[in-house]
Order: sequence, then C-alpha cells, then structure tokens
Amino acid sequence: MINKTVNNVTEALEGVHDGMTFMLGGFGLSGIPENSIQELVKRNIKDVTCISNNAGVDDFGLGLLLKKQQIKKMISSYVGENAEFERQMLSGELEVDLIPQGTLAERCRAAQNGIPAFYTPAGYGTEVAEGKEVREFDGKPHIMETAFKADFAFIKAWKGDEAGNLIFKGTARNFNPVMCGAAKITVVEVEELVKPGELDPNFVHIPGVFVQRIFQGEKYEKRIEQRTTRA
Amino acid sequence: MLDKNGIAKRIAKEVQDGFYVNLGIGIPTLVANYVRNDIEVEFQSENGILGMGPFPKEEDVDADLINAGKQTITALPGASFFDSALSFGMIRGQHVDLTILGAMEVAQNGNIANWKIPGKMVKGMGGAMDLVGSAKNIIVAMMHTNKAGQSKLLKSCSLPLTGVECVTKIVTNLAVLDIDKGQFRLLERAPGVSVEDIQKATEGDLIVEGDIPEMKI
Repeated sequence: MINKTVNNVTEALEGVHDGMTFMLGGFGLSGIPENSIQELVKRNIKDVTCISNNAGVDDFGLGLLLKKQQIKKMISSYVGENAEFERQMLSGELEVDLIPQGTLAERCRAAQNGIPAFYTPAGYGTEVAEGKEVREFDGKPHIMETAFKADFAFIKAWKGDEAGNLIFKGTARNFNPVMCGAAKITVVEVEELVKPGELDPNFVHIPGVFVQRIFQGEKYEKRIEQRTTRA
Repeated sequence: MLDKNGIAKRIAKEVQDGFYVNLGIGIPTLVANYVRNDIEVEFQSENGILGMGPFPKEEDVDADLINAGKQTITALPGASFFDSALSFGMIRGQHVDLTILGAMEVAQNGNIANWKIPGKMVKGMGGAMDLVGSAKNIIVAMMHTNKAGQSKLLKSCSLPLTGVECVTKIVTNLAVLDIDKGQFRLLERAPGVSVEDIQKATEGDLIVEGDIPEMKI
C-alpha cells in the first residue's frame, strides 16, 4: 500500500501559494472541502483562480475567500446565491468565466483522463461559443472545449482509506470525483479516515492513484442552503 | 388563466410511463406533484441523483442529499447517485426523455434565453445550456408575459441566448403552443382565455388553425 495520509490540513496544503489555480468540489454548499477552504482563508492565499461550480454564500464556502478578496478569477456555472460575488463582478474587481455545468464537469474529467479537448453541443450559438472552434458531427454543430489546468484540487469525500481510496455520499459526490487527479496535486479531506482493508474495493468510487494527500477533516458544519421539509 | 400550479398540472400530462425527466428550478419543480401515480417515472436532478423523491420529513433532513435548487430532498427506492460528469453524460447522451425548464424569452424558431440580463442579473446558466443543447424533448414552463406585461413569446430573443432552435413545446398561464416551421402554433387555450387574448399577448407569429380547444387539467 502506498500511504497518502498527511497529519492535518496544514500539511495537506503545503506548497499552496498566491496566484495558483484551484479546483474545488461541491455543489452549492454540499460536498465542499470545508477544512481546506478554512485553511486557505487563514493563510490568506491571494490572487487565486477557482474552478468551482458555485461560489458559496456570503459567509460560508468560497464566500469566505471572496469576502477577503483572495480570489482573482472564478470559473463557475452558477453564482446566484452570493451577493458579494455579484458586487465584485459588476464592479470589475473579480474576473468571472461562466460556463455550462456539463462542460465544467467534462473539462475536469478531460484533465483527469488525459484528454486535451472535446466537442460538445452545449453553448453552440450563444456567447459561450465566441472564439471557439465549431465543428459539425452528424449534421449538428459542436464547440471545442479544452481540459482545465490546475495546481491543486481540493476534494471532500465521505470515507477514505490511507491508500487514498474514496467513497462519496449522496449528492455530496457531485464534482468531487471528476476533480480527483485533474490537478497537479489532489488534496482530499474525509469525514472518516480508515485503515487499508476497511473499505470494500467493490464500492470504492475513486482509486487512490488519483490522490496525493488525504486527511480527516477536523469538523464539518455541512450547512444547508434551502432546508425544505414536508409534514 | 392558469396560476403556476395550473401550468405544472398541464405539463404533468406530458409525462409518460417510463420517462426519465429533468425538472428545472421554479414552476418545473412543481410538475412532480401532479404526475399520475399509476405510471413509472424517475426524476433526475443534475447534481447527481436519479429517482429523486419528495422533500424529507424534518427528522430525515440530510445535508448530503439535495436537488439542483439546493433544496433538501429524499431518494426513492431504486434511486442512484453519480458524479457531475456522468450526470451530464446522461443528459448530453440523450438518455433523459424529457426536460422541463423555465425561460425569460422564447423565440418562434425555438431559441431560448433564460440565464442573463446584461448589467442587471448575472447568475449563470447552470446546466441549462447542456440541457437545451442535447435534449430531444424540451418543454418550457413560463408566464406568457413578463412583469411589465410584455410578451415572452417573441419573433426573436432580445436577451443572451441559452440555446438555439431547441424548444419543442411551451406551456404558459394562457396557452399550450409548439414550434412549427419557425412560428408558434396554438394548440390549447387556458380555461377562460380567448384566442384573441393569446394573440394579443404573443409578439411572435402565431398560427391559429380551426377551433382551439380549452385545456383539460
């Protein structure tokens, strides 16, 4: 077994510095790497580019980095829940690249899988297609999209073992598996870190080969954006 | 005239046995409440679930189980979870039978705009461009006019596009319409709404052929 464990979030983020490009898992606030984000805030890492489906809310998730103006550029599909984001974007303080959600996921997957580019129909005929190569397949126009390049991927999984094998839970899975191995260094935080052999290999979602560092997060708030219930 | 629930009720009749259905945020989400319970349907939420169930009871709320609107949900027996790439793989690969989404504008050639008002509202397209770029069967659920009373069914869209020539059917508070050779075609009237009312509220070219029946909901 190749051991991927680090002792804590401080060790996990070794080598992170200003101006880097990060991938961060999560959809809304579900499945976000809470501990790594806190550490980025604490270290005041600045001028970063963040590839993340959403931008958190004003006082949680990536919203914490936005508030301290640590983010230079966001690459996201939907940013509607964050007022500070909108303010920084409209004032020009923050660069924003909005791209279709499936394209965002596939550009991560392409980076993970060694595919430099792919064609997709999403965004054809819209401003998303501006400046991009268009090619017809079976009479339907597609646009070319390229794999992302990132320095660190920050991932949140439910359970992981010391070899870096990962299991995700519910819809907290989302972008996390497709970002593993899509950056130069993949840092995973888990709710429960177990010994090798404790995860059934049949149920591993992501093999440890895609992971460089794994640690058990200190605590998880798991904030809910829209608590909706029935009687 | 229909309210939002009425629009959802009418659209629910388009959902057929064996369909996998993606519901957008807003009126489309309500459609799940009105689908007949004698047919088998699975709802897909693009953040990674097939077999989405109703909102949970208070004691069953789980932060790791939400829909694309970030609402807490449940998973029905037979449900599955998957990552975002696979989720859009099933959308792009046309494995989902029906997509129901909202719109700010629809044009008579089937163009749709629903993600951005330049200088005013920039929230992002989320999964909408992937959905309308690939889905075969796209129903738009929306009010016929905007808050200022202007038609949302236009000759051409004025807002930045989400997709081109993709909408198949539109259900509004006034009517059911489809797109036919670059024009809107009126199929049904909402209860108490006349053909003239619909013509007045439709800026785009509207085909009206024969007697237009009133919707049954």
